[in-house]
Amino acid sequence: MSSLDAIAEKVRAGERISDDDALALYRSRDLLAVGELAALVNERRNGRRVFFNVNRHINHTNICVNRCRFCAFSRTADEPGAYCYDLDEIRNRAAEALAQGATEIHMVGGLHPDLPFEFYLDMLRTVRSVSPWLHIKAFTAVEIDYLARLTGLSVAETLAELKEAGLGSLPGGGAEILRREVRDQLCPEKISGERWLEVMAEVHGAGLKSNATMLYGHIESYEDRVDHMRRLRELQDATRGFQVFIPLAFQAENNPLGHLKNPLSGGVDDLKTLAVARIYLDNFANIKAYWVMLGEKIAQTALCFGVNDLDGTVVEEKIGHDAGASSPQAMGRDDIVALIRTAGRIPVERDTLYNELRVY
Amino acid sequence: MPADILARTAQGLPLSRAEALKLLTEADVLAVGKVADGIRRRLHPDNLVTFVVDRNVNYTNVCESKCRFCAFYREEGMADAYLLAEEDIYAKIAELVTAGGTQLLMQGGLHPGLGIEWFEKLFREIKARFPSVQNHSLSPAEITHIAQVSGLAVPEALRRLKEASLDSVPGGGAEILVDSVRQEISPKKIGWEGWAAVMREAARLGMSTTATMMFGSREKPADIVEHLFRVRELQDHGGSFTAFIPWTFQPGNTELGGKTATGVEYLKVLALSRIVLDNIANVQASWVTQGAKMAQVALFFGANDLGGTMLEENVVAAAGCRFRMSLEEMVGLIKGAGFHAAQRTTLYRTVREW
Repeated sequence: MSSLDAIAEKVRAGERISDDDALALYRSRDLLAVGELAALVNERRNGRRVFFNVNRHINHTNICVNRCRFCAFSRTADEPGAYCYDLDEIRNRAAEALAQGATEIHMVGGLHPDLPFEFYLDMLRTVRSVSPWLHIKAFTAVEIDYLARLTGLSVAETLAELKEAGLGSLPGGGAEILRREVRDQLCPEKISGERWLEVMAEVHGAGLKSNATMLYGHIESYEDRVDHMRRLRELQDATRGFQVFIPLAFQAENNPLGHLKNPLSGGVDDLKTLAVARIYLDNFANIKAYWVMLGEKIAQTALCFGVNDLDGTVVEEKIGHDAGASSPQAMGRDDIVALIRTAGRIPVERDTLYNELRVY
Repeated sequence: MPADILARTAQGLPLSRAEALKLLTEADVLAVGKVADGIRRRLHPDNLVTFVVDRNVNYTNVCESKCRFCAFYREEGMADAYLLAEEDIYAKIAELVTAGGTQLLMQGGLHPGLGIEWFEKLFREIKARFPSVQNHSLSPAEITHIAQVSGLAVPEALRRLKEASLDSVPGGGAEILVDSVRQEISPKKIGWEGWAAVMREAARLGMSTTATMMFGSREKPADIVEHLFRVRELQDHGGSFTAFIPWTFQPGNTELGGKTATGVEYLKVLALSRIVLDNIANVQASWVTQGAKMAQVALFFGANDLGGTMLEENVVAAAGCRFRMSLEEMVGLIKGAGFHAAQRTTLYRTVREW
């Protein structure tokens, strides 16, 4: 059993902490001590600078062959509320985003049963045609696996085609909890955790960066979370392709698994999860508090618990909000800058690949 | 240096106004939180977080005070102006009792037509019908107003209300206890000394009281510090405050509008409150204005109590802030933070533990 003091010593010495250490941090009742350690790790890496970016989400379709039980967004094609944007709708949204100063389009959607692979290439080309300066971060590992099966090409070949059409990097969604026992209950149709990691290894091998997420606060245990982070840390050691880790707080409304929300997972667990991630994932440059899921207040507080990235001025987020996220659907640049400043930090606008664009 | 100030504070040495201001404006929120957390643990070593099952009954929204930060008040004669009938009030209290509640918090506007007899009759009847309920009602501004309407001095009005079974006085309407700020946000409300006079008198009569602070509107950091020290000094001189409750201005639908304090600012003010007011036993987190997630986090920044479950709340809701909380959620929230949970009475006696 690792004591907090022994772990703190390791952290101060810059040593990697073990899985047992991470568990001990999760189980610690001293939230502020864990936060302080995470803040130390972050301060060493990133000083007092906090990143945000200006982006727009385009969720091109909610029609999905998967039926993940935690998802309130997906529909079958004939269900009320099912939609699928055409290329004009995608172009208009990208053009609007560009006019608002966005540097990134974040595009993920359902696994649509009928769209041909060519449509996905056209989506990328369409956004690229709006401006070559708009970075396209699109398709989770789950979608990449689906597209590869759709085309009959290998993952590497699929990625090469998408990259050619304008794909700039990948978001980190679909990881959920990587361990099989949890996935079997949560999202039995979705690709396995092993496959998710394989696809990410291919993504990094293709010279593309990606993010990594973890959906927590449902049926998973602390051990499951640490197992999840261990696998990410191992892959990161091998590829260095992950840019940021983003824990996602489970949203309990409008979904069949809502009753399985862990009632003990609240604001304290949110902050602890971010802090433990900052300490454990020593080979990740950035830890992000996704304010859409956490709310602005917890996301801002997280800046004192090891977080150095507040995501973007997301416009038109649908997936988290369909599940009852109560945050506003968009936050303006001024709002984000003020939030970072009042936390005593320096706001830095970045692009998708974490290049600095402007210090505020 | 903030670090030196914190080190001395952690040893239990008192803070000056200038030092408190330095902490508020320059110190890291986590560092202030740690000292506050230490004081919370010292004052509440049993690892217990409490809450009360209560109901706010807003008997009228007609109010002559017309505070610029308030979205609740109406002028008499307006379409949605109301005054609850006595039977409606009793029905609400009956619901509270059925839900296992122990505290009634009646609070309303400064209604020009309600003299002390209206309250005396109502309060006597409430005590007769619901003897188990603590009548924790009327803020200092209301008590002062009732005295004026009835041509009484404040001590006499308070004595009569107590006689009529008013048990304790909540600390609402304190806003910021600095008159220059009050002039800007609530020019028609009693000044800080008027607020203090009622609380001093209530304590003298043996009634327990609480103190609040609403921040995030027009005040400066120095005003927050002044407020905390004025409350501290009142308590030192015979005050009966059982709890301090800081909460943030909610700008929706108000004349003042604009922005309010952010989450980090809330936690810092909360922690500073715990440090300065170590002569008040309890500090409440405001889930009503901060939401359940932040209220839980607040338990590590000095708070040891989550206030009421509030079967009914209308004033903050009118400003667009509508968090809800069930008993199960309240208990889950406390346990999720690693504490034992207890329902308490207004006077902090345990009713039930989880």
